[in-house]
This record gives sequence, structure tokens and C-alpha cells, in this order.
Amino acid sequence: MKPILQTNNLTKRFSRVLAVDHLSFTLGQGTITALLGGNGAGKTTTLSMLLGLLTPSSGSIRLFDQDFIGNRFSVLRKMNFSSPYVDLPQRLTVRENLTVYAKLYGVQNVAERIDQVSCEFRLNELLDRRLRKLSSGQKTRVSLAKALINRPEFLLLDEPTASLDPDTTSWIRDFLSNYRDSREATILFASHDMREVELLCDNVLLMKKGKLVEQGSPSQLLDKYDRENLEQVFLELSKEETGV
Amino acid sequence: MIAGASLGRISALLLRYLYLLRSSWPRIIEIAYWPTMQMVIWGFVSQHFSSSSPELTAGGILISVVLVWDCLFRSHISYTLSFLEELWSRNLGNLFVSPLRPSELIVALASISMMRTLIGMLPAAFLAIPFFDVSVFEMGLPLLGFFLNLVLTGWAISQFVTGILIRYGLGAESLTWVIPFLIAPFSCIYYPLSTLPSWMQSIAVYIPTTYVFEGMRALLVNGVFKPDLMLQGFILNIVYLMVGVVVFFISFQAARRHGLLLQSGE
Repeated sequence: MKPILQTNNLTKRFSRVLAVDHLSFTLGQGTITALLGGNGAGKTTTLSMLLGLLTPSSGSIRLFDQDFIGNRFSVLRKMNFSSPYVDLPQRLTVRENLTVYAKLYGVQNVAERIDQVSCEFRLNELLDRRLRKLSSGQKTRVSLAKALINRPEFLLLDEPTASLDPDTTSWIRDFLSNYRDSREATILFASHDMREVELLCDNVLLMKKGKLVEQGSPSQLLDKYDRENLEQVFLELSKEETGV
Repeated sequence: MIAGASLGRISALLLRYLYLLRSSWPRIIEIAYWPTMQMVIWGFVSQHFSSSSPELTAGGILISVVLVWDCLFRSHISYTLSFLEELWSRNLGNLFVSPLRPSELIVALASISMMRTLIGMLPAAFLAIPFFDVSVFEMGLPLLGFFLNLVLTGWAISQFVTGILIRYGLGAESLTWVIPFLIAPFSCIYYPLSTLPSWMQSIAVYIPTTYVFEGMRALLVNGVFKPDLMLQGFILNIVYLMVGVVVFFISFQAARRHGLLLQSGE
């Protein structure tokens, strides 16, 4: 499988805090990978470095066979990101937001593409409403539509189904799975929803105190820890962490 | 154009600011409201002085300097408020995970600043003609030079302020309003340079706006255009603008080192 992302000894230190400690992993093209870990494990720091928002203290990131740290602008147009903790402009309508981001990513036929993503994310009725008037679930769908606007080859998601009802969550899961299959896209997402991870992911990266402590497919982890579900595996590792 | 910069991305961001402007008609009115109010108040002050101290108001100098000074303030405020919008809406993270370069952000902010400054200043400048019989346009081509000089000063200040905002966040928001007034006493807006005590004069000569207002007085009161003053203003502005851009880029890199781009906002 062709590697899309390779990190090698990726490290981030904030003064005395070692947030990410020599993280090395590879993501293959067309895979869905979950980045798991408790609070403060280093997930957001890792995502930030992979997005170019945070400069690593040391180590390297290769994305699409290019050095991402020194050459991020040529790679960023193939990527996108969504997080419930980063907002889109609230005073703009959904259509205006999608138009701005489509143009920022150099999307051709902007109006047509907006029609497509609004159909995919059931936003047709909301297109001319200001973002601040939407519910949190609707905002999450808009944020996902923005993340898909440029048909990214590498998609990073932070809790993609936060604030969504079970029906929409299931639909988003199917959508991401189909998107991966149809476009050979690579998806990395941080989540606390273990059920979602089991259903959607090919691989799991488990972080603890900035280090990668486990990786493998959900079934491999279940076998290794002899547990029935990933939540139990996660709790097992948390227990080790807290010493309970 | 800056190496690697894309006109498409600059216009995308400019569109974002135009959508924002369009979203609220009170905002559009407000842009023109303050310069017009300034013009009206100083117009009456000027009328009052014209009978008792005509030398203070010769050639419509008082209204003209008020209008021209406001160009600096408006250009700076328009630039910085547009940047603050990104912080208030917690949108910086989304912007900088896109292929947008910081230099493109600067060009887009400068473009919207120029548009908003013109929207704000032109009504006031035109209204001064029927209200007080003062037309800044009678200055002719030098007006363009004075205007550009002050807009550049506004942008230079904005570079410093946005650099501080990106590094230290909204806690430094008040600097947006404070800094332009810091240079006002040294700028010799309403009085000649010779009025200042010598220690202030020694600072004023390093401030580009001093040359703009000295040049305007020479033109409006004595009818003499002094290109050397205009040139000195431009040289200082270009130096400060370049230093400001460097400060912004240093702050941007520091924000990336400290992980502030994802956290920025209220």
C-alpha cells in the first residue's frame, strides 16, 4: 500500500512539557485511521503538526512524498480538516462560507461543487442561512462539507461526529467509508467514540503521554488484550496509566 | 506580486470580507458615519475660528487635516478589525490549514482596508463641499500622495498590531485603538512642527505623518507643494511597513511554534 503520510520521531516540546514524544507511524493510501488517547495524550498536538499549524520541535513529516515541514503550501491543497473546536465565520451564510473555502482551495466550478456537497451533507435547505442560526449538529455538517469541498486526498478530522444525532452519525460514518473507497482517500481522525472507531477504522493509533503506545487494526487490538470491544482496551490502557 | 502568492486565494479572502461587510447595513453606514461626524464638528469649529483667528483656518486647512488624518485611522482600523474578525470567529485555524499564505492574508487585508477607507472617507470629503465650502480635492494630485502616505502609515501600524494579536491573542485587542493615537501628538496634525518642544521634534522627524501634515500646510496655506516632504514621508512609510511585515511574520512563526493558531479566539 502506497504510504501517504510518514512521521519519523515527530516531537513537540512546550517549555518543560513534552507533548509529543518521538512519534513514528505511517498511513497508507485509502486507509481510515483513528488517533486515540485520553485528555492530554497529544492527539490535538499531533493533528496540529500534521496540518502545519504547529511547528515540530524535531522529527520529520513526509506527506505525498514531500517534506511537509519545509514545503507545506504545495501539499495543503490536497488536504482538509474539520474540528468542532475551530469555527467557520458565523456571520456568513453556509453558501458564502463554502464559496470562500472552495476558492481558497482552488476548486473549479465552485457553484456546482457547492451543490454536490450540499446534497451530500443535506444542506440544501440551509445554504442561505447564516451559520450562527444553525444548531450545533447542522454546524458540524457544514464544517464537514467545508472539509470535503476540495475533494481532499488526505482528510484530518477531530471528533467528526460530535454533536450529531445517532442517525446522522451513522450516515456520516457511511459517507466517510464510501468517500475513502471511491477516491482512495486517506482519513485520520481523533475520536472518543470507540464504537465509531470499531465500525469505521482500518487502523488505530493509541497515544499516551505523547507516545504511541499501541497500533494495529481494531481486531488485532481486541485479540491482543483479549477484550470484547475497543472501549475495554482503552480503559485497560488508561488503568495502566492512572495505576487504578 | 509576492512570490508564490495566488490572486485566486487573495480574492477568495477578499470575498469573505466583502460578504461580511454586506451582511450588515449598519456596518456600512458606520464606516462613513464617524468621518462625517468628525468633518461636521471640525467644520463648525473651523467656522468659529475663521472669524476670530483666520490664519488657523486658511485654505480650509482645519477640515482638510481632520479628513486626511482620518484616512490613517480608518485604514488601520479597517485592516485590523478585519483581522480581528478571524480571531473573534475562531477561523484562523481553518484559514491556515488551507493553502493560504500569510502574505496573501496581508494583501487581502490591505485591499479590504483600502475599500473601507474609501467608503468611509469619500462621503465626508464630498459633504464638506456644500456644508463648509471646503474641497480637499482642490489639492489636486498631491492629495493622492498625502492619502497614500497616510494609508501606508495605517497599514504599517496594523502590521505591528496584528503581529501582537496573533502572538498574544485578544488580550492585546485594545492596542488596535491605542496605537494610532500614540503618534498623533508627534504628527503635527493641527500645528506646525516648530510648535513642539525640541525633544518631541526629535521624535517627530522619524514619523512619516509629520511630513504629510507639514506638506499639507505648505500647500494649503502658502500654495507651495514640497515634493521633498512627500518623499521623506514615503521613505519612512516604506521602512516602517517593511519592519511591520517582518514583525508580523516573526509573530506568525512564534504562533506556529507555540500552537496558538488553533486556539486563537474568544
